[in-house]
Amino acid sequence: MFHRESGYFKTTYMADMALYPLPIARWTVGVLVAVFLVMPPLVTGLTGGIAAEYYISIVNIIMIAVVGALGLNILVGYTGQISIGHAAFMSVGAYTAANLAVKLDLPFWVTLPAGGIMAAAIGVVVGIPSLRIKGLYLAIATLAAQLIIEWIINHVPWISGGSQASIEVPRPTIFGMELRTQRELYYFLLFFAVIAIIATLNIVRSRIGRAFIAIRDQDIAAEIIGIDIFRYKLIAFAISSFYAGVTGVLYTYYLGIANYENFLITTSIDYLAMIIIGGLGSVLGSIFGAIFVTLLPIVIRLFMESFGTLLFTTAELNNIIPAVRLSAFGLLIIVFLVLEPEGLNRLWRNVRSYFRVWPFSY
Amino acid sequence: MSAAETLAERGRAAPILTVEGVSKKFGGVTAVHDVSLDVPAGAIVSVIGPNGAGKTSLLNMVSGFYRPDTGRIALEGHDITSLRPSQVAARGIARTFQNIALFSGLTVLDNLMLGRHVHMQTGVLASALYWGPALREEVAHRERCEEIIDFLKLQDLRKQQTGALSYGLRKRVELGRALALEPKVLLLDEPMGGMNQDEKEDMARYVLDANLERKITVVLIEHDMGVVMDISDHVVVLDRGRRIGAGTPEEVQRNPDVIQAYLGTSRGGAQA
Repeated sequence: MFHRESGYFKTTYMADMALYPLPIARWTVGVLVAVFLVMPPLVTGLTGGIAAEYYISIVNIIMIAVVGALGLNILVGYTGQISIGHAAFMSVGAYTAANLAVKLDLPFWVTLPAGGIMAAAIGVVVGIPSLRIKGLYLAIATLAAQLIIEWIINHVPWISGGSQASIEVPRPTIFGMELRTQRELYYFLLFFAVIAIIATLNIVRSRIGRAFIAIRDQDIAAEIIGIDIFRYKLIAFAISSFYAGVTGVLYTYYLGIANYENFLITTSIDYLAMIIIGGLGSVLGSIFGAIFVTLLPIVIRLFMESFGTLLFTTAELNNIIPAVRLSAFGLLIIVFLVLEPEGLNRLWRNVRSYFRVWPFSY
Repeated sequence: MSAAETLAERGRAAPILTVEGVSKKFGGVTAVHDVSLDVPAGAIVSVIGPNGAGKTSLLNMVSGFYRPDTGRIALEGHDITSLRPSQVAARGIARTFQNIALFSGLTVLDNLMLGRHVHMQTGVLASALYWGPALREEVAHRERCEEIIDFLKLQDLRKQQTGALSYGLRKRVELGRALALEPKVLLLDEPMGGMNQDEKEDMARYVLDANLERKITVVLIEHDMGVVMDISDHVVVLDRGRRIGAGTPEEVQRNPDVIQAYLGTSRGGAQA
């Protein structure tokens, strides 16, 4: 944060176009990677077995959410096409992987891309109306997709695996080692979260991503410079749904079970909240949003359990907490839309630009 | 070859863009009626006319936004009448807009890079990797964009978001984005609209340089008659959707129909 950009002279375009052109930024990323690599043993050492499993499980859920939020941000934040069906694409990925894993006994490195590709295929179909309709109307069309996919999964036993609409999947195995504990799953999920982050950063700074942003900012001008809008909207839907499908697969392996109840419309809205609170059209914002929205219910529960007893009995409290969670959620989305539409990412940038010239004001 | 010969030559070159008898109706309003136009390769052709004459509608038909009800548009002899705008762009026609249409969330450089879109190939997977061919392609096209940045003197602005730029600069960036496409024909819809005298002179110089150095044929819509008469090889006058005159700037200025419809007449003057 306390770094200056002056004094680094780039002599090639390649150096200028690097993801992290400044040495200090490369160091920061290096340190972050190191922290994430040593986190599980460190947490275990500090808190002991069971508590550590709990803490690491929270980080695991966040990493899954990061993948999904990145995918939705590519579609909504970068391309400007709204979707309320993101969770449905996750369920497509989840059930594709679960069926492949159970019926054909395929390992995760087959089921994971298969789930993503299946979701991408469905996403392209759902994206077709986006050529004709925009904004609210597209939102309703994707909402219809969410409900139709939910219904199909729930009512076709061949997909859903029977009356409970849930399929238990075997644990993922790497080099013969079965990933059972949260600690083992941590590295598995970290790997995919990092790949998703890097891939997104690269997509949005290259030809495809620029075309997405062009469509968002000025679709007429985008077309006039030779971008086939329909094609690129469908590509955006495909990429976004691929991410969603992978998220669904990761979540299924994380839980050990594919269940459509994890991918209802409320989940779609959770993900929309992540990218709105985090920052539309920002990779860092997607990460911030995923962390924030995942932690919020946990923090509210902790807070209510600590201080709520002053006002309510325990039984009352158990009824109140879900309501508080929902209202806090709604309130926060409104607050962000009104006060900081560009989200947490903007707040972070403000802090950075303040310290950029610190101790001077400009 | 003397300058006079060059100029005479410019008007006689084979047409690169031909518009044959195009018409366009919106409901009961005839925006453009049976307009024909030959644009010689390498020339600067201006389309003038009072407000609502159908100039922008004509440009919209050439660039593929409107499909003409009748008539035919051809680029280098190939019919482009029914192509979509993105396909027209890929064939080599770039344009700017009367109301600037830049991508305001992107930097000047990224706006220019978008102009290179049709010349680039990188797909989704290569983009995600940003390695090898994809990276080399980015660098190669970055170099072309830097040439345009130098040409239009935008060096200090390349990493600025276009939304934050002044009006005149945004017009210049929009011209840059169109030039980045390396078009055969450049359609400019009022590039000098809303500019002060200095900015107009700069813009006229850039248009002339693009035409002379980069060999780009220019079709210009402009209200500033001084600029039009100075830089055009050929002027076409529209009024209420119809073509009422055409020729060299001198011929057009002497044409009585044009004077009556456009510049105001002795009769109009008498009434005033």
